[in-house]
Amino acid sequence: MAQVAVTSEPLDLHAMIRELVRLKPDTTYEGLKPDTTYDEPAHGRPGDGAIATFTGLVRDHNQGRRVRFLEYEAYEPLALRALARIVDEAQAAWPAVRLAMQHRIGRLEVGEGSIIVAAMSPHRADAFAACRYAIERVKQIVPIWKREHFEGGEVWLEGATADPDDETARRAAYRTACA
Amino acid sequence: MRVTVRLFARLRDLAGTGELVREVPDSATVHTVWSSLKAEMPALAQYERTISVAVNAEYARMAAAVHDGDEVAFMPPVSGG
Repeated sequence: MAQVAVTSEPLDLHAMIRELVRLKPDTTYEGLKPDTTYDEPAHGRPGDGAIATFTGLVRDHNQGRRVRFLEYEAYEPLALRALARIVDEAQAAWPAVRLAMQHRIGRLEVGEGSIIVAAMSPHRADAFAACRYAIERVKQIVPIWKREHFEGGEVWLEGATADPDDETARRAAYRTACA
Repeated sequence: MRVTVRLFARLRDLAGTGELVREVPDSATVHTVWSSLKAEMPALAQYERTISVAVNAEYARMAAAVHDGDEVAFMPPVSGG
């Protein structure tokens, strides 16, 4: 599924948005011009009113430590399924939204993007909400880990125990998205 | 029967490997695999209450049955994003 990816290459938000614009033409948008019309990153389809994006960056400090760089590791086949599941959940909650996201793995330097999320929709409220929901869910259920290399040592960071069927966690992500 | 065990992040560090093959009884569940792994590598026990598990790259429960040739993954709490 082009909508989600786990990659060791630098992330390209504009390329992902272009893919998203091409994705799944809405059946109500009859008579679309060829896709080349939509190659500009800031363009959507005629029914789109908003693109909301989120980019996660490698920060130079964490919990009082000076971060040198991060190493991300994924269980790739399951990470892709979990990302696809989040897309499905978001589309169930906000049917007008089209969502895409990519997560980077490997060594990332301070300032580099680790994750990009883009949500397109007719109205900004849904786009913002779906984008926020997606990143909250990534932190809950996608099997990716970061190893922080800081001045004086290194440590695996551990957040949530991943359980996609945990409805309490899913509702918490939804509430955050709609806050 | 044989299963492939996958370990990630700190679990992989504790075990010294991210992948190993183990013989398990025919009636084995994910829990059986975890218990024998824990007996072999007691340091893993600290993750008893916080691991997630997957069978053939699908999230699963500890009670899930495993079959010959399955890939059983044990994962510490995630920290993506």
